[in-house]
Order: sequence, then structure tokens, then C-alpha cells
Amino acid sequence: MTATSLIFGKLSWALLPHNAIAAGGALFMVFCALAVLALITYFKRWKWLWTEWLTSLDPKRIGVMYIAVSGIMLVRGGIDAILMRTQQATSVGASHGILAASHFQEIFSAHGSIMIFFVAMGFMFGIINLVVPLQIGSRDVAFPFLNSVSFWLFASGAVLINLSLIIGDFSTAGWLAYPPLSELAYSPTVGVDYWIWSLQISGIGSLLSGLNFLVTIIRMRAPGMTPMRIPVFVWSVAGAMSLVIFAFPILTATLALLSLDRTLGMHFFTAGGGGNMMMYVNLIWAWGHPEVYILILPAFGIFSEIVPVFSGKKLAGYVSMVLSIWAIVFLSFLVWLHHFFTMGAEADVNAFFGIMTAVIAVPTGVKIFNWLFTMYRGRIRFTTPMLWFMGFVVLFTLGGVTGVMLAEPPADYQLHNSLFLVAHFHTMIVSGVLFGYFAGLTYWFPKIFGFRLDESLGRKAFWCWLFGFILAFGPLYLLGFMGATRRLDHYSAALGWQPLFIVAGIGVALIALGFAFQVAQLVRSVRRRHENRDVTGDPWDGRTLEWSVPSPAPAYNFAVQPKVDSLDAFWAAKQKGNRETTEYEDIRMPKNTSLGMFIAGFVFVTGFSIVWHIWWLAALGLLGAIASLFVRTFSEDTHAIIKANDVAWQDVSHAANARPV
Amino acid sequence: MTTLTNTLATRHEPFDAEARAADATAVSGFWVYLMTDLVLFASLFATYAVLHASTFGGPSGSDIFHMPLVLAETLILLTSSFTCGLAVVAARAGGARRTAAWLVATLVLGAAFVAIEVSEFASLVRLGDGPSRSAFLSSYFTLVGTHGLHVFIGLVWIVALIAVVLRKGLTRSVLRKLVLFSMFWHFLDLVWIFIFTVVYLMGVSIV
Repeated sequence: MTATSLIFGKLSWALLPHNAIAAGGALFMVFCALAVLALITYFKRWKWLWTEWLTSLDPKRIGVMYIAVSGIMLVRGGIDAILMRTQQATSVGASHGILAASHFQEIFSAHGSIMIFFVAMGFMFGIINLVVPLQIGSRDVAFPFLNSVSFWLFASGAVLINLSLIIGDFSTAGWLAYPPLSELAYSPTVGVDYWIWSLQISGIGSLLSGLNFLVTIIRMRAPGMTPMRIPVFVWSVAGAMSLVIFAFPILTATLALLSLDRTLGMHFFTAGGGGNMMMYVNLIWAWGHPEVYILILPAFGIFSEIVPVFSGKKLAGYVSMVLSIWAIVFLSFLVWLHHFFTMGAEADVNAFFGIMTAVIAVPTGVKIFNWLFTMYRGRIRFTTPMLWFMGFVVLFTLGGVTGVMLAEPPADYQLHNSLFLVAHFHTMIVSGVLFGYFAGLTYWFPKIFGFRLDESLGRKAFWCWLFGFILAFGPLYLLGFMGATRRLDHYSAALGWQPLFIVAGIGVALIALGFAFQVAQLVRSVRRRHENRDVTGDPWDGRTLEWSVPSPAPAYNFAVQPKVDSLDAFWAAKQKGNRETTEYEDIRMPKNTSLGMFIAGFVFVTGFSIVWHIWWLAALGLLGAIASLFVRTFSEDTHAIIKANDVAWQDVSHAANARPV
Repeated sequence: MTTLTNTLATRHEPFDAEARAADATAVSGFWVYLMTDLVLFASLFATYAVLHASTFGGPSGSDIFHMPLVLAETLILLTSSFTCGLAVVAARAGGARRTAAWLVATLVLGAAFVAIEVSEFASLVRLGDGPSRSAFLSSYFTLVGTHGLHVFIGLVWIVALIAVVLRKGLTRSVLRKLVLFSMFWHFLDLVWIFIFTVVYLMGVSIV
């Protein structure tokens, strides 16, 4: 080992990107980052950013930062999608499209990893942070500092995965990096290591968040909020976080084992040495399948809040909604093998997993019908969140039906690894998860920022997403039936697939337009915030506790600890109409701290150093993280008091504006 | 574990309901953390179960396990759990110095455990039977090593605990840390019982 490799590991200048598209992407990203830094400096916003946001332990602030990061990552993953669609629309016959085969492989690997780990997960934790403490009538989460650490680990993972665009390369082994392809013998560069460590770091953040919110829901609920008075969104989060707690440690272990194979020459999943690569596939899906439900359950919860409010009725079948959540939680651990029916397990095994998979459609169907029953004979307001719901309910049901088709092992033998599968899971994740989160963001936005999002641009965005989605993924179902496999960078002109691929490309362009409308919506809403201001704190005539406090919600959420004596507690209070006079008390809230950011920063350094085999720096990063943790654990002065007088003043001025009953 | 929670409740210090609730929340949060760690170990146990016969021409468990040493490790770790319990009892009685003394005993025993394990691993590597020799050895080193790593982290934690007990006395926040540590330490004991049974006892009996 030479001195240079001791100090710099595998790093060298030669690893900067060479081909035009990769270099362009890297330069664009660096340019954007520098532009943002320059703007902050120009507007002298550093101090504000640091004290109000980066060091904040307020879950609402952390939630907004989660959503900001996941929005940026949505752009990154979306650009990947556009590149893939362009490649597949043009790379036919003699033409080989715009991307080299290996670059195409990097892009589909990055697209999947980014969209799941950094868009969907980030968006989900963002909304959970914004809403859960407010809905359960709590001033904070159970472990505010841990929450900050979780966020910064998530952000560190996001930076690491983007860094692969600039230095070195990214994995070409798909979003789940099946061995033996992902082993050192077949993927000798740092690509898979980037994949491992960005997922490992953000995954540990997710695990800690899962723990935090589960304990928050169990222990921090307002007095009187017995289990059957918990809002359905909170129930859905409790289900999802239970899944996080049982599933994410499996991911942590699996990634660690793959990393041991690659860095220390072990033989867990290698082709030689007695390794067993099907064990990897089992392990990764024992995490991966519950992961799908981790993402979709909160979306179900969001719709269960939105549909009653905009239908002017209480939710139909509350108890069956709660039970179906837990049925899904339970069943989601019994279906993982349907991801590899073709592995060659015996027929009985495939049959068991096929039946369990089809059975999941039952509790999901219960939910669909309950939402529809809630709308039935309701006084429906067709606001943007409601539009997202109606788009969801149509597309998600179709996607669910294709899922039941795939659940039949004989059919799966035909459809496995085809674009039919790709179309199926995008239907679940885009029109299920993403539409749900968009609806939730629109719905709760005024509670966080104090003004509503612009309706007319929101509608335009919705229609673009809806038709864009149908155009982008409808053709993929057909192509799948015609035999087009996934991850195809080139095909013969004689197959006649090109028109369908071009339609899919147009669909993606329409989705991009929808996203542009969402950006415009945000800009216009900020500009016209005074017209759209929510002075009542209850812009939608809501039913749950978060609407009882002013918008934007104060840092301490509730001036007086709310007491709950029914489901839809705020609705019941509005019906009663009397506002009791109350005594105000001093409120103790955690102070800001930058240590969460430092811990995650050191972990990032460690992750980066392991990717590049810079062992001294990895050790240093680890020491730094542990030292920061100790500093936090043994510091005493972590809380500040908000005086009762200030609380009272804010609360009384809100009461004067509250929606009249 | 109720006794541990009670340890916090019986302290005669000025405390409010908020701090008591925070203690209980910390304990339940730590329980959830231990559950996640249990799932991590379960994954490693499953891996070991799949790969334990994949010796790939290398040694099997019965060829390399030194049962007398393993038994010594087991007894040492079990004793350290006992001394850890005594530290909590001493803290409950309010004796800071005695608490620190039992923590030192736990530290010494824990360090002895890690030392034996490291020397076992080192001798295997010297003989060419390191973790890259076969899938069986990869899974063996990883499962047992992950437990060892946890014990090592526990040792760092004890050192910090001893320092803070001696410097600050048995304040509410120090007591809370002590309770969480003891949960962690007993948990490692439990995991070791499974390692002792599944890896070592079954490893030498089933050839």
C-alpha cells in the first residue's frame, strides 16, 4: 500500500465524470448548490437560516426541511426518469439513443433508490413531523433531539448519493443491488458502495424516526385520547412506524453484510466461498415489502382525514379503518416471496405467498369502500386535496387489480421482470403514495405557513399529473404484455414498440409540466400570501385538534393542554361552541441545537471515507460522531421557558379570529 | 423492569410530573430501541442458520470452537450482568461511590469478555480461518462480532457513566442513564445466551 493510497484511499482526479451528460449533470448540480449559497449570502439570510431552521428542534420546522430535501430529490429522480424515457423512445434499431448502456444502468439504479429513499421516505417523514404532534394534542415529539439527528442523517444520505454524480460512479445493479452482480467481482468500482452507504445512513435515520414517532403516539397523546379516539392518520402512522421498527433493522443488517462482502472479502452472497445470493434476495424483500406499506399507510391515513372534511361528514367505518390498517401491517410481513416466485421454490410455497398477497387486497378494499361511503350523500367540496383523492382512488384501484394479477404465481412467471410490473408498482407508488402526500401537503400547508396554496394552479398541476401518469404508464402495461422487459436500453425496430415508448415519453413530459405548475403554485402562493391568509386557524372546517390552534401553529402547538372526550375532538368542541376560560402556564420547550447536524455530518464523513477506503478519516468521523453524542448526552441546559403571559396573549388574539360557530 | 422505573420514582429530589413522564418515555423509547436491535440480531441469526454448513472446504464449528473458553466467556458475562444489577441497587440506595464501584466491576468483567473474544478471533485469523475463508466463517464472525461490538460500546458507555456518577452524584439525569445502560447490558446477556446455544452448543453437537 503506497502512502497516497493510505491518505486518499481510492480517490483520484481521474474519477471526475468524462461523458458529456454525466459531466453536465454534475456541473449543473454544483452550479445550483453554489447559486443557493450565493443567494443566501447576498440576502444576508445565514443567521436566520441557522437559528430558525437548521438548528431547530421544532418538528414542524424539521418537517418542512424534510419536504424541502425530498422536493430537491424529486427533481433529481425526475430528471433520471426523463433521461430513461428519452433513451427508450429513441434507442431503437440502428439508433442507440442518448445514453451509453452502463450510464443507462446507473440512471435506473439511481432513479429507484432516490425516489424510494429520498423522495417518498423524506416526504412521508416530513408530513408525519408536521401533523402527528398536532393531531394528538402534544407540544412535541417524544425525543426532539433524536428527531433532528434523524433528519440530518436523511440529509447526509441524500448528499452522499448525489456526490456519486461528481466523484466516481453510481451502482449499475438496480435499486436493490442483487448479488452476485453487486459483489466486488462484477461491480469493482465504488458505485455499489455509494448505494450501500447512502441508504445505510438515511435508513438508520428512518429507523430512529420510526422509534421516535411510535413512542410519541403511544406516550404523548392528549389526556382522554383513548385508542378509539385517535385520528385515523395517526393510526396509519402508528402502523407504518411499527413496520419501520421491524423492517428497517433487516435492511441495516443486509446492507452491512453486502458491505462486508465487498470491503472485507466475506462470503455472504458471493458466487464462490459458499455464499448464498438467494438469501440476499429474501432478506432485502423481508424489508422491501413492508417498506411499500410503510409508504402507503400514511397516504391512506391522509385520505381518511381529507375525505370526511371535504365531504362534510364523519368518516364511514372508523373501526374497520383502524382494523384494516393493522391487518395490512400483519399481512405485509407474509408476502415478501411474491417478489421472486420465479426463484424456483416449490409450488406449495409459491401458493402460500400468492394467496397471502391476494388477501391484502381485502383490507385495502375495505378502505376504498369506506372512503366512497364517506363521500356518498356528502356535501363534497372539490378542492385540490379532494381532486388528488379522486385521481388516487381510480388509479390505485386499477393498480391494485394488476397487483392481484401479479400475485398469481403462474401469471407472475409470464409478467415477472416485464414493464407490466414496472407499470404496476409505479401506479401504487405514484398515484398511491405521491398523490396522497401531495393531497396532505395541500391540506396541512396553511397550518404550517399560515396561508393556503393557490387553488387554480394546484388544479392545473393535478390534471397534468393525472393525464401524464396515464400516458406514461398505460403504454407500459401494454408493452409488458408484449414482452418488453424492464431496464431495456435498446430494442429492435421490428418489435413495433417505439410508438408506445414515445407516448410514454410524452406522458413524462406532461408530469414534468405538472411539477412546474406545483413550483409556480408555491411561488404564487407565497407572493399572494396576504390574500390567502388563514386567520381562523381552521381553513377547511376541520375535525381534528390541529385546526383548533392558530395558523401558523405556534412553536409550542397548544397554549393550553387540550383534553379529548370523543373522536373528531375539535368538531365536537365546535358543535358545543363554548370556549372555556383557562389558566395559562409557563411552557418548557427544548432549545435549538446544532449537535444533531454535527453528528450526522461526522457520520457522512465516515460513510464517504468507507466508500473510498480512506480508513483514517472513517475512524475520525466515527470518533467525532461519538464525541458529539457525548456532548449532547451530558449537557444539562437544554430547555427554555416560554412565559405564560406571552402564551396567553397569542392565544387570546387567536380566539378573537376563530371561525364563528 | 418495573423495579428499574421505580428506581427513578423513589428518588427524593425536587421533580415535577413532567420529568417523571420524560423518564418513563425514555425507558419505553429504549425498549423500542432494544426491539430493533433484536430484529438486527435475528437477521444475523437467520444468516448464520442458512450458512452454518457452508464451510466450503474450511473448518466447521466443531473444529474451531474452544468450549472451555466459551464457557468462561459466558460465566464472565453473566456475572457482569449481576454486578450491573448491583450497581442499580446501590444507586437506588443512594450510594454514589458504591454505584461507581459496581460499575467498575462490570467494566472489568466486560473488558475480560471482549479480550477473550478478540484473542479467539485473532488466533483463528492467524491460522487462516478468518471471516473471508468461507461463508460459515463470515456468518460466525459477523454474528459473534456484532455482539462483541455491542459489548465494546457498552464498555465506553460504562466509562462515561462512572465519570459522571463520581462527578455529579446520582442526579435524576444520571440515574436515567444508569437505568438505560442496565437495560442494554442485560439485553446483551440475553443475546449471548442465544449465541452460546445456537452457535456454540449446537455447533459442537451437530457435526
